[in-house]
Amino acid sequence: MESLKLRAEHLEVLIHAIRADGYQLYGPLLDNGAITYGEIGTASDLPQGWTDEQEGGQYRLKRRADKAYFGYAVGPHSWKQYLQLPRRPVWKASNSGGDLQILEIEEAPVKLAFLGVRSCELHGIAIQDRVFSQGNYSNESYTRRRAELFTIALECTTAADTCFCMSMNTGPYVRLPSDLILTEVVNSDTHFLLIRSGSPEGEAILKQLPTEIATKTDLKQAIEAVDQTAQKMRSGPRNFDSSDLKELLYRNYDSPIWDKVAERCLSCANCTMACPTCFCSTVEDSTDLTGTKAERWERWDSCFTADLSHLSGGPVRADTRTQYRQWMTHKLATWYDQFDSSGCVGCGRCITWCPVGIDITEEVQNIRAQEKP
Amino acid sequence: MWRIERRHEEFPGTVTLALRREGHLEVPALPGQFNMLYAFGAGEVAISLSGPSAPSSDPLIHTIKSQGFATQALCRLPVGAQLGVRGPFGHGWPMLDGSHRPLVIIAGGLGLAPLRPLIYRFLQGQLPARSLQVFYGARRPQEMLYREELPAWGKSFELVTSVDHADTNWNGHVGVITDPLRVSAVNVKEALVLLCGPEIMMRFCIQVLRHKGVPASSIYLSMERNMKCAIGLCGHCQWGPHLVCRDGPVFCYQDVCKWFQINGL
Repeated sequence: MESLKLRAEHLEVLIHAIRADGYQLYGPLLDNGAITYGEIGTASDLPQGWTDEQEGGQYRLKRRADKAYFGYAVGPHSWKQYLQLPRRPVWKASNSGGDLQILEIEEAPVKLAFLGVRSCELHGIAIQDRVFSQGNYSNESYTRRRAELFTIALECTTAADTCFCMSMNTGPYVRLPSDLILTEVVNSDTHFLLIRSGSPEGEAILKQLPTEIATKTDLKQAIEAVDQTAQKMRSGPRNFDSSDLKELLYRNYDSPIWDKVAERCLSCANCTMACPTCFCSTVEDSTDLTGTKAERWERWDSCFTADLSHLSGGPVRADTRTQYRQWMTHKLATWYDQFDSSGCVGCGRCITWCPVGIDITEEVQNIRAQEKP
Repeated sequence: MWRIERRHEEFPGTVTLALRREGHLEVPALPGQFNMLYAFGAGEVAISLSGPSAPSSDPLIHTIKSQGFATQALCRLPVGAQLGVRGPFGHGWPMLDGSHRPLVIIAGGLGLAPLRPLIYRFLQGQLPARSLQVFYGARRPQEMLYREELPAWGKSFELVTSVDHADTNWNGHVGVITDPLRVSAVNVKEALVLLCGPEIMMRFCIQVLRHKGVPASSIYLSMERNMKCAIGLCGHCQWGPHLVCRDGPVFCYQDVCKWFQINGL
C-alpha cells in the first residue's frame, strides 16, 4: 500500500474534517506556561514552534528554530481527564417524607477526538481500559466516553529528558491501534505529516484530506526522525531493564530506599494527578440545606492521602514511606497481578511534576543497587 | 427501596438491622459476602451479612458498629426508615465439599458477624461439617454480639468465649483468644479454620494454628480494607496485588501469607 503524507499547511483540513464529523476535538495548546490539553478549533491553537525542556521537578517552554506543530513531549495533562472525569456527579437522591429515591445521572453522549496522542498515551488509555471496562464491572461513564473516542496518534520525533518509554516498551513507535497515525517531518526543505489510518473511521477521514503519495525520501526522513528519538532515550540515563520489576519490588518491601524517598517526598499527590494511568477515585455524599436532596460525586483520589486507606482504627498507610511504596510498587509490580499489565507507560510526567524531583527510574536503580551485596 | 424491618441494639453503639425490600425476591448472598449500605446524604459503607438465619429466608441482616459518619447515620436509623443497598459483593467463605471436615471458627469482636450465617447453617444441618468449634473473643462481656443466642449455641457445639476485661458475672476465659485456642483440641489434620477479626488478632491466631500443625491451605481469613466502590474500580481496598472487594474479602491464608506479613500494605 502506498504511504500518504499531508503537507503541514493542510493540518487545518484534518482538524476541520474531524470537527465536521461531530467530534469534540482536544489537543495540545499553550496554557499557563506549559503545553496542556484543551479544545482545539484550528491549527493555530496548536503550540507551533514551541518545545519543552524537562527534568526532575523542572519544566520550561522554549522556542524552536522551526515551525513544528508537535515538537515537544507530554505536559502536565493527560487524556485521562476527558475519559475518567476529575469530578462527576454519579447520582442524585431525594428523601421526601421518608420515601427515598435514587436517580442515576445520564451523561449527555459525547464524541471525543484526541489529536496528538503519543504511543505512551495510547498505552495509558489501553491500561485504563483494562481497569475500567474489562473486568466483571465497568465504570460506565468512562466506558461510554471511551467507546466513541477517535484518536489521532503521533509518533514522537522529540523526547524530553524525562521520557523513558523505551524502557517500558511503550514507544516511541505507534504499535497500538489508532484511528489515524501521524509522523511529523520538519526541516529546512520540507514540512509534512506522514499519515496512515488504523480503522474504517480513520480511513473515512483520511479520504477527505488533500494527501499526497509519500516518496521514499519522505518515508526515510520520517523513520529517521522517530529512530533518533528512540536513540536519545536508549542512550540516556533513564534507560533501564524493566523485565524483572515485579520480582524486584516484591522482594524489596523492606528496602531502606523507601525511608530515603520518604525523606524527600512531600505526599503532595502531584505524581498521581499527572499520571495517565492512576485511576483511584473516591465519592463524596452530600445533602442540600433542606436535607431532602442528596448527591453523590466521584472525584480523583490519590494513594498519597491517608484517607484512601482509612479504616475504623485509622489509615493503613499513615506515613509517606508506605504511601510512596504503595504508589511505586503498584505502578511497577502489583498492577501486573491486578490487571495483567504494567501500570507505568514511561511518560515521565511523575518525574517532571514532582516538586522535589523524585525520579521513579532512579528509585528503581537505587533499590536494585541496594539489594546487591 | 429497602426498609429497616427490625432493629436490635447489640450493645451501645452497635446495632443489627434486618432489611427488606418489598415486592422483590432477593439474590441470596453467600456467607462472607458484603453489601454496601447507604444512609441518605451521609455516605455508604461496606457491611458484611450476618444473616439471614437460613439461605431461603429474607430479610438481610447486617450488624453495624457506629464509628464514622456513615455508620453513625446507619445506626441512628429507626425501624421503617429507608436506606440504599448495593450487593452482594466479594468472595465469601469456602463452601465445604462433601468431605465433612471439622469446622473451626475464630472470631474477634465484630468479626463474628460475617461468620454467623455459617453457624446458622450448621445448626440447621445445612453445612456438611462433621463438627463445629467456635472461639469468640471480645473486649468485655457486654460487648459480645448475639448474646441471647450464645447459650443455645454453646449447647449445640463447642463454644469458647474469652474477654479482655471481665465483670463479676463472667465465667469464661479472660485474656486473648489465643490462650484457649492454644490448649484446645483441634483436629489439625482435617479441620477447616475460618478467621475474622482485627488483623493483629488473626496474626496471632494463625501463629498458634500453624504451630499446632494446621496447614496454611486449611486456614481462611476475611480481610478488611477501605471499600468505596465494591466493584474493583476505585483503588481504595488495594492490599498488595489484591483488590479486597474483588479478590476477597475472604482469602485462603496459603495464597496471601506473604502479604499478610507486611505492615502498612
